[in-house]
Amino acid sequence: MRTINIRAVLTISLFVAFLTIASFWVAGQAPSWLPPQASAESKLYDELFSILSGIGTFILLGITLVLLYAVLFQRAAKYDDGDGPSIEGNTAIEIIWTLVPLGLVIWIATYSYQIYDTMAIRGPVELVHLHNPIEMKSALAVPLDEVKPQLPTEEIDVTAKQWAWVFRYPENVTSTELHLPVDHRIRLALHSDDVLHGFYVPAFRLKQDVIPNKTIDFEFTPIRIGKYRLRDSLYSGTYFAANQADVVVESAEDYDRWLANAAKQTPTPAFNPASAEYNRASEKTLVRGWKSVPPAPPPVVNFAPKQEPSSPPA
Amino acid sequence: MTNAPTEAIDVARQQPYPGAPDNWKRFFTFSTDHKVIGIQYIVTAFVFFLIGGLLSMIMRGELVTPEANLVDRTIYNALFTMHGSIMLFLWTFPVLVGISNYLVPLMIGARDMAFPRLNAVSFWLIPVVGILMLASFLVPGGPSQSGWWAYPPVSLQNPTGNLINGQVLWILAIAISGVSSIMGGVNFVTTIFRMRAPGMTWFRTPAFVWSVLAAQLIQLYGLPALTAGAVMLLLDLTVGTSFFAPERGGNPVLYQHFFWFYSHPAVYVMVLPVFGIFSEVFPVYARKPLFGYRVVAVSSVLITVVSATVWVHHMFASGTPGWMRMLFMFTTMLVAVPTGVKVFAWVATIWGGKLRLNTAMLFAMGGLVNFVFAGITGVMLGSVPIDIHVNNTYFVVAHFHYVIYGAIVFGIYAGLYHWFPKMTGRMYYEGLGKVHFALTLAGTWLCFLPMHFSGLMGMPRRVSSYDPEFALWNVLASLGGFLLGMSTLPFILNMVSSWIQGEKAPNNPWKAIGLEWLTTSPPPVENFEEIPTVISPPYGYGRNEPLIENQSEAVPADGVTT
Ligand code: HEM
Ligand SMILES: [Cu+2]
Repeated sequence: MRTINIRAVLTISLFVAFLTIASFWVAGQAPSWLPPQASAESKLYDELFSILSGIGTFILLGITLVLLYAVLFQRAAKYDDGDGPSIEGNTAIEIIWTLVPLGLVIWIATYSYQIYDTMAIRGPVELVHLHNPIEMKSALAVPLDEVKPQLPTEEIDVTAKQWAWVFRYPENVTSTELHLPVDHRIRLALHSDDVLHGFYVPAFRLKQDVIPNKTIDFEFTPIRIGKYRLRDSLYSGTYFAANQADVVVESAEDYDRWLANAAKQTPTPAFNPASAEYNRASEKTLVRGWKSVPPAPPPVVNFAPKQEPSSPPA
Repeated sequence: MTNAPTEAIDVARQQPYPGAPDNWKRFFTFSTDHKVIGIQYIVTAFVFFLIGGLLSMIMRGELVTPEANLVDRTIYNALFTMHGSIMLFLWTFPVLVGISNYLVPLMIGARDMAFPRLNAVSFWLIPVVGILMLASFLVPGGPSQSGWWAYPPVSLQNPTGNLINGQVLWILAIAISGVSSIMGGVNFVTTIFRMRAPGMTWFRTPAFVWSVLAAQLIQLYGLPALTAGAVMLLLDLTVGTSFFAPERGGNPVLYQHFFWFYSHPAVYVMVLPVFGIFSEVFPVYARKPLFGYRVVAVSSVLITVVSATVWVHHMFASGTPGWMRMLFMFTTMLVAVPTGVKVFAWVATIWGGKLRLNTAMLFAMGGLVNFVFAGITGVMLGSVPIDIHVNNTYFVVAHFHYVIYGAIVFGIYAGLYHWFPKMTGRMYYEGLGKVHFALTLAGTWLCFLPMHFSGLMGMPRRVSSYDPEFALWNVLASLGGFLLGMSTLPFILNMVSSWIQGEKAPNNPWKAIGLEWLTTSPPPVENFEEIPTVISPPYGYGRNEPLIENQSEAVPADGVTT
């Protein structure tokens, strides 16, 4: 009896040790599945995602291996058509496997809450900032302040439409490319001219639906110089997939230079993939389509790129 | 010895008459026999499964290359809208209602559903829904192109200006499907409450029946919200009211609340019966009682309750304030608890048993693993900060296909194989079944695993073209998609040929415990010669006790026992 118990304890410990190692390995891999960390928020995000991937691996691998073991070693012998042991339950075990997941999800939810609170990305109708009743900010591994230098906030107006993005900077400079000064807090005011759209920059790990008749404030801090892709994330009709723009994160000096330069240009129509495609509709595909909502005319802006967005692959 | 009883009954009743189990014409009549209706549902739904699958393969064809070059974008958008709508409203819901229809009266020892005519009407609305959906391909402007959730304002845009357009037909189809489901819900709930055999107390009722009850209760509380939303959408679209139209002062986000108030619980309408199938299949092929049966049974109802309070997790990136995001994150996570309890109970049922790896068992076990995967990504999505990045990307597509294909379709297959001998009186071919399982498993992982990665990298869902960085994952997914298409062939071959010329099935080929196995295969019109009196709980494997009064053998393989 004793020896069996020791063997069981040993096997289980080995099994758990193996699962733990595998989970840590996956948790280590997880951030590499994500785009570059171009915003302060993305660091918080990747950490949370990595932890959840680790926990998930533990559970999935654990259950799969147990089942696999059963499939390999607990099959009925060929002519054995008898029954297995008549075990109907075990209250202690059932209580454990109710309470442990309960504790786990409460912990995940609380931790996610803190991350979200730290990101402070605002969003719709947050006139009063509701404070976190279970506040434990000190427990966070990456306090946002560390990665968020207190430079002046840059306010930019964003308009989404079928199918274009237009950005309006202070002094009424307009562009179809989003330029942002690195390490500054950015505050966007999101508007839509027609349907729902989604403001989504994967490298920032941030997304907010854009809603007609409503201005939504949205905040974040870019921390990495480079060119990233903005995608429309909420399905917006025919040319939804082509509704993209480049996001250029640059040093404050480059940003100011760009802004000053753009201000001097007279507004011209920017290249707009949706209307270009609409105008030569049915040339490209094998099967003709149905009537579409016509795209808005190409935006007339100060800084008007004449080609498709060209950010490098993430 | 196997089919003698059937014939005896037939002779006694002076066959043939329209409802007789050997008269195939009855499937084309307004039959009120729940078994006929069940099979009508299942076969009709399967036809739409193939149609929906065909649409998805055209989509996967388009997505083999980054550019939009196979079909026009409007066609692509119509394809994903119709794919989703058909798969949900014409395949998953109806096939599960079909299986439930077939099984519930048999499992509770009733002669039929509570309202047999209503049952037939519910079924015959399904072809109407199907015709409306398919007809929308023929109207000017084509089918709806606003996705299966039909969010305004896109769903209100109607570029042709016609009054009869794809979106209107879509709303009508959904409304009729809703009517059908509500009638079904009333029928199931009444049947389960009122028509259980003598002696079948709640804790002697099979877990499958519990799960059907839990699922159908959701239909009753949820569908009114969806129907209200659909009616308002229809009015906005046709007579120009302004519930959701922003240019007339409406609020498009309100629609999302109506929609998800039902459509989140709706995912449990689909998954709960599959949980029920798992709970029936595992004990039979592991030869062990369902571990923690009472908890498993009650947790179905708990899921019903909790799932009513989580819908905003579909709107975390939408027009929802922070406090709402946080509140619904907590409730969403809570759903994982009763669900997790079930998963552990199934694993414990299998563990230490004497496993028989029949096709049904393989599908159920595969479905269980897929479901665990989906549950994990589900909890990730439930975490607001995580969801903000992956919401509306292929990560979500991957999550719900692991549930809907990986768990629900697997569970449906498990159920169809398991009860095939009961339904048809024939055995299926095990070898073909295993080929089917292997192809389906490989196809599911090849198709849906890569989508997690493209989603994490930032590929939005519903795009007809994408950036080259996502190409690898999409090529893999397309290959998996085509493999899944192929995987249905051995299944169809197996079902058709077995039904026509398979070996005759005994009453209880798997030596299973349950009232449905005590009657003939297929069961007579009235199910039981005599209504059984239940004397023990449903999963007495290893105890060799009779389930009902006057039972000759504890686990009869065949012969008449009722
Ligand atoms: C542990 C249990 C589960 C959790 C915590 C969970 C969580 C979620 C969350 C948060 C989303 C929203 C993601 C987004 O749109 O950004 C979602 C989407 C979805 N889930 Fe689950 N889920 C679970 C189980 C299920 C089950 C059982 C089903 C199906 C039967 C299901 C089907 C779906 C579907 C269809 C969607 C996508 C809907 C759409 O956007 O079209 N999920 N899930
Ligand atoms: Cu949901």
